[in-house]
Amino acid sequence: MPDATLTNEEIRRYSRHLILPEFGMAAQRQLKQGSVLLIGAGGLGSPLALYLAAAGVGHLGIVDFDTVDESNLQRQIAHGTSTVGVNKALSARRRIADLNPHVEVTVIDEPISSENALALMQPYQVIIDGTDNFPTRYLTNDAAVLLKKPNIYGSIFRFEGQATVFWPDRGGPCYRCLYPEPPPPGLVPSCAEGGVLGVLPGVIGTIQATEAIKILTGTGEPLIGRLMLYDALTMRFRELRLRRNPACPVCGDQPNITELIDYQQFCGIVPEPAAASDEITPPAVAAWLTRDDRPFLLDVREANEWEIGHIAGAVRISVNELVNRLNELDSAVEMVVYCRSGVRSGRAVEMLRQAGFRKVQNMAGGILRWSAEVDPSIPQY
Amino acid sequence: MAVTVTIPTALRQYAAGQAAISIASGTIGEVLQGLVDAHPQLGRQLYNEQQQLRSFVNVYVGDEDIRYLQGLATPVPDGETVSIIPAIAGGVVRDA
Repeated sequence: MPDATLTNEEIRRYSRHLILPEFGMAAQRQLKQGSVLLIGAGGLGSPLALYLAAAGVGHLGIVDFDTVDESNLQRQIAHGTSTVGVNKALSARRRIADLNPHVEVTVIDEPISSENALALMQPYQVIIDGTDNFPTRYLTNDAAVLLKKPNIYGSIFRFEGQATVFWPDRGGPCYRCLYPEPPPPGLVPSCAEGGVLGVLPGVIGTIQATEAIKILTGTGEPLIGRLMLYDALTMRFRELRLRRNPACPVCGDQPNITELIDYQQFCGIVPEPAAASDEITPPAVAAWLTRDDRPFLLDVREANEWEIGHIAGAVRISVNELVNRLNELDSAVEMVVYCRSGVRSGRAVEMLRQAGFRKVQNMAGGILRWSAEVDPSIPQY
Repeated sequence: MAVTVTIPTALRQYAAGQAAISIASGTIGEVLQGLVDAHPQLGRQLYNEQQQLRSFVNVYVGDEDIRYLQGLATPVPDGETVSIIPAIAGGVVRDA
C-alpha cells in the first residue's frame, strides 16, 4: 500500500478536492491508498481510467488485450491517433502517465478468464465492469461476489445506458439477481451491429467513476440496489429498484455456484471449427423435412428469386439483411440455409456461426441441386 | 384508462420504432398481451417457447420489478409506467 502522506505537489494538484468540506485530506489520502481494477479500456474504461487517475486513485489495474483502432477514437478518449495499433491497456497507461504521474498503473494485456479472474481481482478494492459481452459480465460478477468486492456495473446500447453497483456483501443484489440467465447468442443485438453514440459511454463511465470514488472514500450514498437508466435521445435519467434475490445461485442464501464456471458455455457460445458438417445435401434435407424434428429452412435469396420458386415452408431473409435481422432467428433450433447455388448461403452460415448460432448448415448446391435431385417442379434459373 | 409502456432501444424495431406505447390498463400480463397484439413481433422477444417471460427481460411497474410484486398478475393502475428492461452487454463496442 502506498504511503498515505500527500506531498506539497500532490496537495497543489488535488486542491479542489481538498477544499471540498465533505472530502478534504482524509478522503484524498484514501484515494491515494485506493486500488481499482478496470475490466475493459474501451468506451466505458476510457473515461473511467482518466477520471480515476486524475482524481488520484493510487493504483489502477487495466485489463484489455485488444489494440486501439482508428474507429475507437470516436468515443474511447483515453487513446489517441498516436496509439493506434497499441494495446489498449498500455495506451491508457501512457495517457495516464502524462495526466497524473502519481498513479501506478498495472497493465494486464490478456483476456480475463475463469482461470485468472480471482487472482487478478484479489489485490484490488473495487472492480469495475466495462466489458462488451455477456460471458465476461457473468464472470466478473461471480468473481466479485466470491471475493466480496463491489462490482461497479455499466452498460450501453446505441443511445441508452445502465449503471449500478453490485455488492451483495453490503446487502445489495448482484448481476445474476437482475438477470439470472444470459440471452442466447444472436437474440440481443450487439453494439457492433447497433452502433453507439460516442458521448454515451462518457456519461455512463463517469457515473461508474463517481461511484468508485465514493466507495473508496466512504462518501455519500452508493448506487446499490438501484439501476440508473439513461436515455440520451430524450435526455432522461430514471431509476429502478433492484433487490437481492434470496434464491440467487451465486449471492443467495444457499448459493450453488461457489467457484467460477465456464462462462462461454454458460452463455451458449461454444466455438466449433467450420467443417464438412457445415454442409448437407438436398436429398438429406428433403428427408429431414419429413421428420418431426424438421429444421428451420432459411432462404437467403432476394425477393425476385423467391418468386421464381422456393422450398415449401422456408422463410426468406436476404443475405444482405441478415445481420440486421438475426433477432428473428432462434439459435436453439436446427437450421438449414440455402440460396441459388450454395455460395451466398455459405456466407450466411459463416455469419450466423460468428453470431453464435451453432445448429446451422448450408444446403450444398442450393436450389439448383434441389431442383435436379429432389423436386424438378422448381425451375432452374 | 391506459398505461404507458416504455420500449427499450433494442426492441423498438419490433414496435414500429416507438419509444413509448399506450395500452389499456389491467394486470401486467394483460398489458403485455395488449402490447404483443398491437406489435406481434415483440412476442418472440418477450416470451420463450413456453410462453413465459424470458429470463433476460425484466418488467417493471413503476420502479418495482414484477418478480417482487405479483408477477404477471400484478395490477397496473391507470397512468402508471411499465418498463421493459432487457439485458444489454455493450461497453467496449467492437468495431470489427
